[in-house]
Amino acid sequence: MANTIEVDGKQFTVDEEGYLADLNDWVPGVATVMAGQDNLELTSEHWDIINFLREYYAEYQIAPAVRVLTKAVGKQLGKDKGNSKYLYSLFPYGPAKQACRFAGLPKPTGCV
Amino acid sequence: MAILHTVNQSPFERNSLESCLTFATDGAAVMLFENGVYAALSGTGVENQMMQALGRLRIYVLGPDLRARGLTEGRVIPGISVVDYADFVDLAVEHQAVQSWL
Amino acid sequence: MSEIVKKFLYLNRRAPYGSIHAWEALEVVLIGAAFDQDVSVLFLDDGVCQLIKGQDTKGIGMKNFSPTYRTLGDYDIRKIYVDRVSLERRGLTPDDLIEIAGEDPETEEEIENLVEVIDRARVSALMNESDAIFSF
Repeated sequence: MANTIEVDGKQFTVDEEGYLADLNDWVPGVATVMAGQDNLELTSEHWDIINFLREYYAEYQIAPAVRVLTKAVGKQLGKDKGNSKYLYSLFPYGPAKQACRFAGLPKPTGCV
Repeated sequence: MAILHTVNQSPFERNSLESCLTFATDGAAVMLFENGVYAALSGTGVENQMMQALGRLRIYVLGPDLRARGLTEGRVIPGISVVDYADFVDLAVEHQAVQSWL
Repeated sequence: MSEIVKKFLYLNRRAPYGSIHAWEALEVVLIGAAFDQDVSVLFLDDGVCQLIKGQDTKGIGMKNFSPTYRTLGDYDIRKIYVDRVSLERRGLTPDDLIEIAGEDPETEEEIENLVEVIDRARVSALMNESDAIFSF
């Protein structure tokens, strides 16, 4: 049985770990609903990271591992944001894993 | 009627192309696809074999497989025809039998 | 973190798309990068075709993973080698290959292209220097 989540009255299929089955299905509401399930309210700081991940995937065809994400965020959004303390404060279940899930991406490559 | 030979393996990894060219008789057709498309390029170690084969065989290469591998039509040895999937089907139908050199 | 750093060599010898080897190898390299070892990636024989630029897989309905090679630098993999003779035998030149950017670990200076085309003696030396060779 496939798991689904409901966003604006529409059903979206997710895998057993909660990642969206087809990243082309993604709409921003997917992130909002997934965050709600994790008891998180998304702020513009969260969206910066989610959008960054979607752009990274569009360019490189993979979801980056957490240390790659940290370094790349530091370069693009500023050194104060390119550290794991900041990213974990936004995404307590792990910045790569949780933020990638909200962004509709597969589980990051290189997450052990 | 003649045979359509297909080669989907790289000529640098397997002897599929070599066997194909050995056993294909004059007037037969050869279709290069998947990793077989590397044999169609100019300047390779098998270019001479391909040039000789062109004198007696009709040789085709599948365009979508070339493009997937970053290879432009301009790199293909003149005389080899770049075709699409529909042409591949037509060739298979037009020939007496298909021999796949796997 | 372990004090002992091993020299790992990932050896790529297969063309992309015709088999699953190239993509699997790339995934293993990226996952293995988390272990902070001394990693070299070598493209030999048909493996050099993995780095040809301008790949467009729309016509064959497969995922185009060639852009992913450009993340090797992000994953701190800086030793990326291509066998020159393998290129020549396939009618290819270094200009036909994608560039992979990285940065110098000490100076943090940007390195435009980490891909290095090497001769056969260097290929042999790379193997001889390795503690472990992962072959694909």
